[in-house]
Amino acid sequence: MPRWVLGLLALSLGAQLSWQATSSSRATDAADVPHPPPPQALRLASFGEHEAAARLAMVYIQSFRSPELPPLLGWLRAALETDPRSHYPLFLAARVYAENTDAERTRGVLEFVHQEFRRDPDRRWPWLAHAALLAKHRLKDLPLARRYAQAIERSATGPGVPLWAGQMEIFILEDMNELEAARIMIASLLESGVVHDPAELRFLKERLETLEGKIGR
Amino acid sequence: MPAAILARSILLEARRGGLPWLAAASLVLGLGLAAFLSQVALTESLALQAALVAAVLRACAVFLVAAQVTSSTLREIDDKGLELMLSLPVPRATHYLGRLAGFVVCGAALAAAFALPLLLWAPPAQVALWGLSLACETALVAAAALFFAMTLAQFVPAIAATAGLYLLARSIGAIQAIATGPLAEATVAGRLAQHAVDAVALLLPRLDGATRTAWLLYEAPSALAYGWALGGMLLYALLLAAAGLFDFHRRSV
Repeated sequence: MPRWVLGLLALSLGAQLSWQATSSSRATDAADVPHPPPPQALRLASFGEHEAAARLAMVYIQSFRSPELPPLLGWLRAALETDPRSHYPLFLAARVYAENTDAERTRGVLEFVHQEFRRDPDRRWPWLAHAALLAKHRLKDLPLARRYAQAIERSATGPGVPLWAGQMEIFILEDMNELEAARIMIASLLESGVVHDPAELRFLKERLETLEGKIGR
Repeated sequence: MPAAILARSILLEARRGGLPWLAAASLVLGLGLAAFLSQVALTESLALQAALVAAVLRACAVFLVAAQVTSSTLREIDDKGLELMLSLPVPRATHYLGRLAGFVVCGAALAAAFALPLLLWAPPAQVALWGLSLACETALVAAAALFFAMTLAQFVPAIAATAGLYLLARSIGAIQAIATGPLAEATVAGRLAQHAVDAVALLLPRLDGATRTAWLLYEAPSALAYGWALGGMLLYALLLAAAGLFDFHRRSV
C-alpha cells in the first residue's frame, strides 16, 4: 500500500477528531427554539408512530433553557394533538414551565393547562389540580385557584377520578403552606395510582426536597 | 415438494447471509436508544421506552425484509440461477410462491423476535397482537419487494419503490386528513387535490391502522379494527403476489 494513503487516512482521522473536540456543545438558548410544526405535519412526519413522535418532541423541547412562551405552547399543543393520551406535555407545562418566577409567564402556562383540561377532564385533572396549587401559593391568586378547583369538581366526574378530586376547592381553601399541600396532593395521587412512572416519582421527590429547602424545614 | 424446498433454501440463505446478526443488532439499537432517551425523560419513561422500541423495531423489521428479498432475488437473477431454475420442470407459480413463502416465514421469524422484548412493557396478549400484525406487515413488504425486484431487476430502483410504497401506505391517512381538513381550500384545485389523494388511497393498504404502538401503551384494539387492519394487509399482499405472478408468467427467460 502506498505510504501517502496511510498518511492521508491518519491525517484525516486526526483532523476529524480535533475538529469535533474543539467545537463545544452549547446548551441551547431561548432564541434557538424553532417554530412548532402544525400538529398535522407532526402526525405526517411520524409515519403513524404518533406515540413515539409526541414523546420525542417533548424530550427535544425540554432541552431548551427558558424557551419563549408562544413557541413552547405551540410545541406542547402539537404533541397533545399528536397523542392526546400522553401526559408528558401537560406534565412539562404544569410541573416545569409553570413553576417560574415570572408571574405573567406562569399565568400563561396555567391558562394553557386549563384550556387543555377542558378537552379531556377525566384524564387531565391532575395537571389542573397542580395548576390550582400554583395559583394559590406562587401567584397568591386565590380566585384563580378556586376557578381551577371548581372546574375540576364540575368536569372531572368519570369513574377513574378519585373522590378527593371532587373536593378540590376545600383542599385549596385549607390553611396550609405549599409544602404541606404538595405533599398531601402527591400522596393522594400515589394512593390513587395516578402517578406510577419511575422517572416521574424521582422528579416529584426532587421537587419536594427543593421545596423543603426553600421553606427551611 | 418443490415449493417447500425453495422456501427452505430461502431461509438457509437468510441464515447464512447474516440476517440473524442484523436482527440482533436491531434489537441492541432499539433497546439502547430507548434506555438512553428514557434517562432524560422526566415522565412517562416506560411509555417512551416502549414507544421507541416498538417504532425502531418495526422499521428495522420492514427494512431487513425488503433488503433481504431484493438482494436475494437480484443475486439469483444476476447469477443466472433463476434461468436454471426455470429450465426445470417446475411450474412458474410454484417457483414464485415458494420463494415468497420463504420470505414470509423470514418476516414472521423477525416479527416474533422483535415482539419478545416488548413483553418488558406490555401485557402478553397485546404484544402477541402487535407481533402478529408485524408479521402480516412484513409479509406485505416481502410481496412488494419480490414484485419490484422481479419487475425492475435493479437493486436501487427496487428498494426505492418498496420504500416509497411502504412509506406512502403509512402516511396516506395523515395526507387524506390534511387534504380534507378545515383549512383545506374549497376551490376547484383544492377539490381536485382531495379527489386525487382519495384515488391514490384506494390503491394503497392502510398501514397507519396496523401494528400500532397504542395497542402496547393503552389498550388492545377492538376485534373489528384488528381484523380490518390484518385483513387489509393480507388482501394487499395477495394483490401483490397476483401482480408478481402475472409479470413472472410474462417473462421470456
